[in-house]
Amino acid sequence: MNNRVLLEVNHLSKHFQLGPNQTLRAVDDVSFHIWQGETLGLVGESGCGKSTVGRTLLQLYKPTSGEIRFAGERVSDMTERKGHKAYTSQMQMIFQDPYSSLNPRMTVTEIISEGLMIHRPNLAKKERKEQVSALLELVGLSSRQANRYPHEFSGGQRQRIGIARALAVEPSFIVADEPIAALDVSIQAQIVNLLMDLQRQKQLTYLFIAHDLSMVKHISDRIAVMYLGQLVELAASDELYARPLHPYTEALLSAIPLPDPVQEQSRERIVLQGEIPNPLNPPSGCRFHTRCPKAFDICAKEIPSFAEVLPQHYVKCHLYGEKGE
Amino acid sequence: MRTLPATGTSPHEITDDLFVHEPVAAEVAMEVAASAADAPWKAALKRLGKNRGVVPAFVLIMVITVLAFVGPLLTPYTYDGQNVAHSNLPPKISGLGWLGFDGLDSNGVDLYAKRNITEAHWFGTDEFGRDMWTRVWKGTQISLLIALVAALLDLFIGVLYGGISAYYGGKIDNVMQRIIEVLVGIPNLIVIILFILILEPGITSIILAMTITGWVGMARIVRGQILQLKGQEFVLAARSLGVSNSRIMFKHLIPNAMGPIIVTLMFTLPTAIFFEAFLSFIGLGLQAPLASLGVLINDGYKGMRLFPYKLVIPAVMISLIMISFNLLADGLRDALDPKMTK
Ligand SMILES: Nc1ncnc2c1ncn2[C@@H]1O[C@H](COP(=O)(O)OP(=O)(O)O)[C@@H](O)[C@H]1O
Ligand SMILES: [Mg+2]
Repeated sequence: MNNRVLLEVNHLSKHFQLGPNQTLRAVDDVSFHIWQGETLGLVGESGCGKSTVGRTLLQLYKPTSGEIRFAGERVSDMTERKGHKAYTSQMQMIFQDPYSSLNPRMTVTEIISEGLMIHRPNLAKKERKEQVSALLELVGLSSRQANRYPHEFSGGQRQRIGIARALAVEPSFIVADEPIAALDVSIQAQIVNLLMDLQRQKQLTYLFIAHDLSMVKHISDRIAVMYLGQLVELAASDELYARPLHPYTEALLSAIPLPDPVQEQSRERIVLQGEIPNPLNPPSGCRFHTRCPKAFDICAKEIPSFAEVLPQHYVKCHLYGEKGE
Repeated sequence: MRTLPATGTSPHEITDDLFVHEPVAAEVAMEVAASAADAPWKAALKRLGKNRGVVPAFVLIMVITVLAFVGPLLTPYTYDGQNVAHSNLPPKISGLGWLGFDGLDSNGVDLYAKRNITEAHWFGTDEFGRDMWTRVWKGTQISLLIALVAALLDLFIGVLYGGISAYYGGKIDNVMQRIIEVLVGIPNLIVIILFILILEPGITSIILAMTITGWVGMARIVRGQILQLKGQEFVLAARSLGVSNSRIMFKHLIPNAMGPIIVTLMFTLPTAIFFEAFLSFIGLGLQAPLASLGVLINDGYKGMRLFPYKLVIPAVMISLIMISFNLLADGLRDALDPKMTK
């Protein structure tokens, strides 16, 4: 991993206007960056805005505010100058649901070659076919299956097809939106292995989204934890596991079962109180204060800043601010 | 109080040995998993064939359609050729006398013998001596044509309108839906009657009049389908690949909405045939000497007591057509889109 920042996100917000007076702040003032070649894990309960972050990065949603820089260039400038197409060949997405992410009316070849047709229109039909075969073998499928329809494949195989589709345009950055959440545990590991192999072979950079911390550790170099539209903690994986600072991260970590049965017996789970607040009407101050076991009076009033309290370890919590000491 | 749902359903251990590469067995397992199956449309065709109503309905439609074009050629008469000497002859088909095609009028008099006519008019003649067999098939032809063109126009406008409305959403959708509501709010019979009064009655004006309100149903079906489909991840995937809007519409969205579209189209056909007949029956349809089934029924109705065959034959024909189309549409609905079954 070199020290070049591939993707930089500054104060990104994405609000959905649900009605005249109803704004859903799905993503609110999120900043982070991703180094070239690394995997950044993005973790949080479902509904906290992870997919929205990923989709906004890919310009599938127009950001409400904030900027995204890709390889140093503002994405809005880039799409203006070279068009949306130039950008889409840089960034791709792998989706969560292997059933709805493939068009049931298209064969595997059609699905995978669609990106090729758009980004390399000069490719002859035969070359395109060869490319598709190569991609299928790359993701561990047989090129003999190229003329079949998605419904003939299992969940794991479908996810591989989705990966091949994303790789077809040779992106450098891939958002993997809970790519294993819908799969069997044994298949999950296969897909994760495949993603890690591909990363090595093709120097890919990943944003790997997951809803729990257990699998993410194996893939991610760094992990960002998200709660109700905001990042609450970001640190290197080992650091985050060894020294979680935010009470929410602690709770997430305490929910992971331990492999050692003796340790598992004595594992203390931090059980959070209450429901996840409605994102239409998020709590004042720190958004986590309504469920935080360590909350004190300032938490309901002031929004904590996302600060680097240890080297390369960011946290958004009053416990670590000057005011909380 | 509730626990953190973050671990999902069943918390599972993740140990490092899970990440050891599996041997070649994976590839073998995959080969087994993917058995050959049919393309989606083939499976639908199989289901269609199993439906008991569909095959006879389809055969009947084919026979009627072929006869609509071939029938008029089987006789020496034209649909508008008048011959006063032959007026009001009852149907006569040699060999089918026991079915009522015996050339006897309502008093049991053989008019053919009485007037020394050697040819047989299979379905009889009208008061101007025009051959009814030729007129019935010509009328069927025109009715089918009107229905088909009206249905295709509905299809074209409805798919485009509903597709655009749903795909672009937001304000565009809002405006487009309000327009539909206005159209639906006006009783369509009034619109159609006004329309035909302004234009001259004829095939074109009937088709236009039916289309002007007819496409709304198709547009609503398509809009509903596209709204459902456009949030699916394969559409997002296409957008993130940079696929153009029109290609997303025609390659990704509409093919997946094809089932309900075809079913709606099939139900439009009999409705259009019936509506055309209705318009002709109330006198807003085609003008003589052109004939559609509605015109024939109207003519027959006037002399119903003396010459029942003039009413019965076109009425049976229109019923057969409508029943067949409805059976076929029902079968298609079950085969293509099991969810839509009531
Ligand atoms: N297109 C959309 N329109 C309106 N609300 C949305 C849309 N997409 C997501 N949301 C809302 O934004 C919030 C975050 O959703 P999402 O990013 O899918 O969460 P996650 O991926 O973490 O489960 C949810 O409350 C969801 O209902
Ligand atoms: Mg999600």
